[in-house]
Amino acid sequence: MKMNVQYDYTLLCKTVLENVLDRYGLSYNLISTGEITITSQLTPEQQSELEQTLKAYGITILKNTQDILVQRIKDAITELLHDHTKNRTYNVSTYLAETLNYSYSHLSAVFSESTHTSIENFVILRKSDVAKQLIIEDQLTLTEIAFKLNYSSVAHLSAQFKKTTGLTPSQFKRIIKKRKTQTIRS
Amino acid sequence: MKLNNINIILADDDPDDRMLFNDAINDIAIATNLSMYPNGQELMDYLLSDDVILPEIIFLDLNMPIKDGMECLKEIRKTKGLEHLCVAIYSTSSSEEDIENTFVNGANIYINKPNSYKKLKVALKRVLQMNWQYHTSSLNMNNFLLRL
Repeated sequence: MKMNVQYDYTLLCKTVLENVLDRYGLSYNLISTGEITITSQLTPEQQSELEQTLKAYGITILKNTQDILVQRIKDAITELLHDHTKNRTYNVSTYLAETLNYSYSHLSAVFSESTHTSIENFVILRKSDVAKQLIIEDQLTLTEIAFKLNYSSVAHLSAQFKKTTGLTPSQFKRIIKKRKTQTIRS
Repeated sequence: MKLNNINIILADDDPDDRMLFNDAINDIAIATNLSMYPNGQELMDYLLSDDVILPEIIFLDLNMPIKDGMECLKEIRKTKGLEHLCVAIYSTSSSEEDIENTFVNGANIYINKPNSYKKLKVALKRVLQMNWQYHTSSLNMNNFLLRL
């Protein structure tokens, strides 16, 4: 039997996190993607055990303030890209400054120092990544994908996609399709 | 987040190309550990050994004696524990069909061997930075395709 699925990553991650915290019998509050307040007391041993369990699921606890801010910036960008009403009304710099309550120049500086790339480059990379995901899911046309990601046209999407990956969206789509047929055969 | 030492492996039968690659990698301001193998068989022997340190990126020359790049790529993708490794095909052959074929067979990156040291440095730097972005931003590694 063959099955094709689509993932709601935010729900998926939230569920995994809640399952782990519930397993430890902790009382907690999920404030936003990636921000949790744990109201129960934890000994250092319990904390490190929790850390290890979460790590097995690919969830890392961030300790460094700079890392935390960088992660919040990345999360805000992802949120913005997935919400097409928001990404039409705001540009990235205004959205980040307002959501995170820092000046964009401060956010830029922290981001670049930590990740060795600019926020702008990261946004482009993330957009291409979302485009790839949507192409693979094959539920939307390239025009619809371009619209969803707030590109002015398919040509604009293709140009940026090609600049980031070296391939056009149609080449990418063809490769993924051939990969799928290959795996079924082997 | 700091860029830790990245483990890189190159498999290439040409000693001049290996030397050029080594120089280029060391010239880039990113901390790396580079191991090199002269053919695919020695590469696979290492990857399948018990004390292997899995590399962040493997660069494979397509044309190698004993075991070539394509065979290695296919084997890596079929082997449990190795299937998620980031593989870059590094080659002089450049027909569109061949290039697409390497991606279809599971390569993440295709690099057309640049004809200058400078271009090689630029290409390698781009690969390392992109690879690192993917690792640190939980972007989907399966969809990591880059053609230079």
